[in-house]
Amino acid sequence: MPEIIEDIAQFTCPPPLGVRDKIVLGHGSGGRLSAELLRDVFLPLFSNPVLDRLDDQAVLEIGGSRLAFTTDSFVVKPLFFPGGDIGSLAVHGTVNDLAMGGAVPLFLSAGFILEEGFPMEELRRIATSMAKAAAAAGVAVVTGDTKVVERGKGDGLYVNTTGIGLVRDGARLSASQARPGDRVILSGPIGDHGIAILATREGLEFETEILSDSAPLHQLVEAMLGVSTAIRCLRDPTRGGLSSALNEIAVQSSVSIQIDETRIPVHDQVKGACELLGLDPLYVANEGKLVAIVAPEVAGEIVAAMRRHEFGREAVVIGSVGEKRAGLVTMKTAFGSTRIVDLLAGDQLPRIC
Amino acid sequence: MKYVDEYRDPQIALTIAGRVARNVTRPWVLMEVCGGQTHTLMRYGIDELLPKAIELVHGPGCPVCVTPLEMVDRAIRIAELPGVIFTSYGDMLRVPGSRADLFEARANGADVRIVYSPLEAVKIARANPDNKVVFFGVGFETTAPANAMAVWQAKREGLTNFSMIVAHVLVPPAMRLILESPTNRVQGFIGPGHVCAVMGYQEYDQLAREFHVPIVIGGFEPVDLLESIAMLVAQLEEGRAEVENQYSRSVNYEGNLAAQRIMREVFEVSDRKWRGIGSIAASGYRLREEYASFDAERVFDLKDLNAEEPKECISALVLQGLKKPVDCSAFGKRCTPVTPLGAPMVSAEGACAAYYQYRRHA
Amino acid sequence: MCLAVPGRVLNVVEGDPAFRTANVDFCGVRRVVNLAFTPEVKAGDFVLVHVGFAISTVDEEEAARTYKYLAQIGALEEEGLASASAVKTGDAP
Repeated sequence: MPEIIEDIAQFTCPPPLGVRDKIVLGHGSGGRLSAELLRDVFLPLFSNPVLDRLDDQAVLEIGGSRLAFTTDSFVVKPLFFPGGDIGSLAVHGTVNDLAMGGAVPLFLSAGFILEEGFPMEELRRIATSMAKAAAAAGVAVVTGDTKVVERGKGDGLYVNTTGIGLVRDGARLSASQARPGDRVILSGPIGDHGIAILATREGLEFETEILSDSAPLHQLVEAMLGVSTAIRCLRDPTRGGLSSALNEIAVQSSVSIQIDETRIPVHDQVKGACELLGLDPLYVANEGKLVAIVAPEVAGEIVAAMRRHEFGREAVVIGSVGEKRAGLVTMKTAFGSTRIVDLLAGDQLPRIC
Repeated sequence: MKYVDEYRDPQIALTIAGRVARNVTRPWVLMEVCGGQTHTLMRYGIDELLPKAIELVHGPGCPVCVTPLEMVDRAIRIAELPGVIFTSYGDMLRVPGSRADLFEARANGADVRIVYSPLEAVKIARANPDNKVVFFGVGFETTAPANAMAVWQAKREGLTNFSMIVAHVLVPPAMRLILESPTNRVQGFIGPGHVCAVMGYQEYDQLAREFHVPIVIGGFEPVDLLESIAMLVAQLEEGRAEVENQYSRSVNYEGNLAAQRIMREVFEVSDRKWRGIGSIAASGYRLREEYASFDAERVFDLKDLNAEEPKECISALVLQGLKKPVDCSAFGKRCTPVTPLGAPMVSAEGACAAYYQYRRHA
Repeated sequence: MCLAVPGRVLNVVEGDPAFRTANVDFCGVRRVVNLAFTPEVKAGDFVLVHVGFAISTVDEEEAARTYKYLAQIGALEEEGLASASAVKTGDAP
């Protein structure tokens, strides 16, 4: 046993871990590690004006039209969850990325990586679900690919979807456009999707099942743009939650964002599950919500238009954009005090303390 | 949520804060020991609500943070062995050892799984008889009954593939060490509510008497902490030094006897090394001899794996309340939650991490 | 080591004392909780749950007494602002 110390005034500390040489799960979480991976590995190699904007989608000028182009891979476990499955999620996720660029989603590709031994019946279920979601969203799957990997190398099924859409006239949306004075609008309660997934994985039971909020938002966006094009930016808070979306905007636009805790809707059961699991809803993934940064004079009208829509019934202004302390997102608590809403390093880890 | 929402009522919170402001006549330094309490204080910005005369300093109340370097190294060594399923609470996975953390071990192929309860680990052991299942038993006295129960159940069932790295730490010895230090500034303590739900608060009488320091056993919601602070200030202003129980809805003097029984059956008190502090006498638990076959450090023969903790950051000064995280020159620069230098930055409960996440500018 | 959440016991599954469990409701979320340390608990009681075990009960009388006292303080000191009987169900997480 090491010598017993008598006085607490003796400092010792662990050295920092230094540069990582392997990918860890946190790199895929949408938090700080993800941002660093992008910054340190990919951006230096692929840099160009479009990519460097780091929006959810790339907007390209081709032959006089503005095309929105995006890609997303889906590795969710479990494959089937309350409120959807990996198929409908894939369609909604890509449709939403296009919608966040102010585009009418038109076409999708679907690439499947299947593991040897994956049940055909489950593949049919997923494909059916995708077809339904695509039809409901008014998009066509026009090309695709299928690969099979050996048993043990593929975790069942992965999907990649790439989408193309045409950006509406007048829509100029980008995370770099937020300005001091703008309002922050949230389309509805946060945390449903992440908790639905976690609940299924952890075997949590609910009085009323928590459903993933997975949904296509392009028509909601159309309704919003119909009111005004003074919308600076749209973002869907998927992995990393509302916190990641707001932090990205704050950094890209070099502004600060202040939100009000009492205005952020969270379903009671989601709150209960978060309490139980030691999670903060601000960091939990959503798949049918959006955050909008809009000019202050149109905020009220836009919220009204959103509330008339199926996926915006609980839309609310949750905060505003400021100019001091660029890159910082803060939240006024119910007590009137202020806390920082920071990017987490990796995935949110459930607290036990 | 019943018994939660009421204790987050802003109206009541602000009223109590106002009462503290009116009663206080001179500066007081108060410490909360428990990481969960630190978390609440930071998250709700309680210090912003209190008069400047009240200084809140944060104690070593985060068992994740104070788990020593060599424990993490041993955990990683075990996790990396073939056939081992290593189970742990989520927040331990990011704690850096000498070379790596458990997340990296997982990236390197180790089977590391997050569980919410030690019973889940036992379940995994039952379901995987050909694997050795190991659980990282970190925590204060609050978690000890559950860990003891897991070992006890495993023994009863005759499981031969389950073991635990026991890294429990105890609160009263840490408080004693803080109070004994010649540079101690803490004048009143918010006692650890959930630790006391298990252990009762008899042990704190001794400390209050010996060091003439008031201790209020506090809960974890903002109103609980503000009320605890108000009670401490009242004692200090009146020159009293007693143990009071703010968290009376869940804590009583003797604690939970059934829980204490199982803990005594399975654990015994031992010396324990605290990261950032060093070894404190009689400050932890270890498995009793009858349960040796469930002691992972013995099963895997790692008692000799030691690590030296080099001097760099001001952890111990922060843990004593002599410095605030923001006083550290590395805070927010070389020392961040992604690249932690010391114990209080490592886990979400540590003082530095809490400051960084919620209140960087404070 | 402190994240413990209060929940209401819906029903108790009797059995071997070490394995006695209950279905506990946390604001609509249900979980099975081990009652080994709270053998006297019955349906309708509130328990404090930590890592899958009930480590204590919530004494409702004590809680009501404390809350009433706190609310009264509020009512007396901030005239008309605190409601002594209202339990605000905050919608903030």
